[in-house]
Amino acid sequence: MIYADNAATTKMSKDAIETMVSVMNETFGNPSSLYEVGQRAKEVLEQARKDVAEAIGAQPQEIIFTSGGSEADNQAIITGARLGALKGKKHIISSAFEHHAVLHTLKKLEKEGYEVTLLPVHEDGLIRPEELEAAIREDTCLVTIMYANNEIGTIQPIREIGEICRKHQVLFHTDAVQAIGHIPVNVVADQIDMLSSSAHKYHGPKGVGFLYAKKGIRLTNLIEGGAQERGKRAGTENVPGIAAMATAVKEAVASIDKNAKNLIQKRDRLIAGLKEIPHSALNGDASKRLPSNVNFCFEGIEGESLLLLLDDKGICASSGSACTSGSLDPSHVLLAIGRVHDVAHGSLRLSLGEDVTDEEVDYMIKSVKEVVEYLRSFSPIWRDLVAGKKQFIL
Amino acid sequence: MALYSEKVMDHFRNPRNVGVIEDADGVGEVGNAKCGDIMKMYLKIEDEVIKDVKFETFGCGSAIASSSMATEMIKGQPVSEAMKLTNKAVAEALDGLPDYKMHCSVLAEEAIKSALEDYEKRKQQN
Ligand SMILES: Cc1ncc(COP(=O)(O)O)c(C=O)c1O
Ligand SMILES: [Zn+2]
Repeated sequence: MIYADNAATTKMSKDAIETMVSVMNETFGNPSSLYEVGQRAKEVLEQARKDVAEAIGAQPQEIIFTSGGSEADNQAIITGARLGALKGKKHIISSAFEHHAVLHTLKKLEKEGYEVTLLPVHEDGLIRPEELEAAIREDTCLVTIMYANNEIGTIQPIREIGEICRKHQVLFHTDAVQAIGHIPVNVVADQIDMLSSSAHKYHGPKGVGFLYAKKGIRLTNLIEGGAQERGKRAGTENVPGIAAMATAVKEAVASIDKNAKNLIQKRDRLIAGLKEIPHSALNGDASKRLPSNVNFCFEGIEGESLLLLLDDKGICASSGSACTSGSLDPSHVLLAIGRVHDVAHGSLRLSLGEDVTDEEVDYMIKSVKEVVEYLRSFSPIWRDLVAGKKQFIL
Repeated sequence: MALYSEKVMDHFRNPRNVGVIEDADGVGEVGNAKCGDIMKMYLKIEDEVIKDVKFETFGCGSAIASSSMATEMIKGQPVSEAMKLTNKAVAEALDGLPDYKMHCSVLAEEAIKSALEDYEKRKQQN
């Protein structure tokens, strides 16, 4: 089996599993308890906080642990909104292709009377910093732009965005769920005020993540209860999960250079191979993208049937097709970069694992070619395109 | 648990009656405006009986499987019977489809109805 859906989730690393099991076995106490086994759990927790902070250039007291990326996104955005409201500022800027954890939170705020501007994402899968700057108003309280997109892997000009936000004294949050552990991220250099991360995207466990909030930002609680996480996130801490996340993030960040070098070569080999398929197109900029991400549209076919047939060939992938979404609409990300409905319907994302080989890449190219050709052989759209009754878009 | 039943996967992997009938007596093409799946049916009819049927589909697993199953269900049937085919019957013959995939089996019913209407229209013109 070739697992090429690492943007959906990753396999836990050996070391992360070992950490998790050892904490479950040996440090099972409640970090809030005063006796030895509780205090040792507390130590594990605080060591994890240090490790996680170091991975992004933050201070330990700037990290709070959450149940994952979604919770961190929700808390950061609600925080930005509430802090803004205190000053009478209720305008938020984001982008059209954010994760739903961001977009749905913004929708909720709109219902409460906030105004949201979604910046357009250009055909290359990037926003334009000058368009961001132009969108900032007197009453803008928050900018939330993702570090790297989960579907098409494009990496936003985060440092420029951070600089613009600092200049205009607007809080800047970034959903870095796809970036952490894959490309270098430094909250100081990038001038990031809040950042979300999720462990299962870098070989840590599911259901654990963290929120970085720069010193001085008063977080709004989503969960009320005990005084854990400096009173900002109640609930007995998921100590084994948090410790495993720390192991995973250290490992991933330490290997970024080595992994990226290998992955970029594999990614570009895969892109070159898939480009040979007629009437196909890469989604998103070819170089400003995550080292592991390949995302294509193939005209005349539908993505779910492509995935099912790739699954038969032992390849795990994903698609932005309307038929895989359950909502009948194709991916909002592909629509945001200007792909029309029919074309977005035939999309494929392959997100590579660090251990992928050239042979596997070649097998994926061969398999995708075969399946696309087969599905086109009985596609009425493809027939019309070839017959000239319809114009090719790609 | 798999997304689809064994039957769906069988019809998806080995679709029956795929292709085109050049001298068809009735052709119908329908699309789902929302999800974007498109289905095209070709019918060869003699003495009000469906002698042959072929389909082409641009769509997901359940769209392809329900096209295939629907063609099997009407092949050799009188036109009057084929008119009665429902998406529910197609879905049942496939041992069920996930709820959010039911609209794909509707396409099969609609494509057949549309091809039969085309046949009736051509008959009247002759
Ligand atoms: C960009 C992005 N943001 C947020 C999330 C949500 O993270 P989690 O699944 O940990 O809640 C994901 C992952 O699905 C993601 O890719
Ligand atoms: Zn469908």
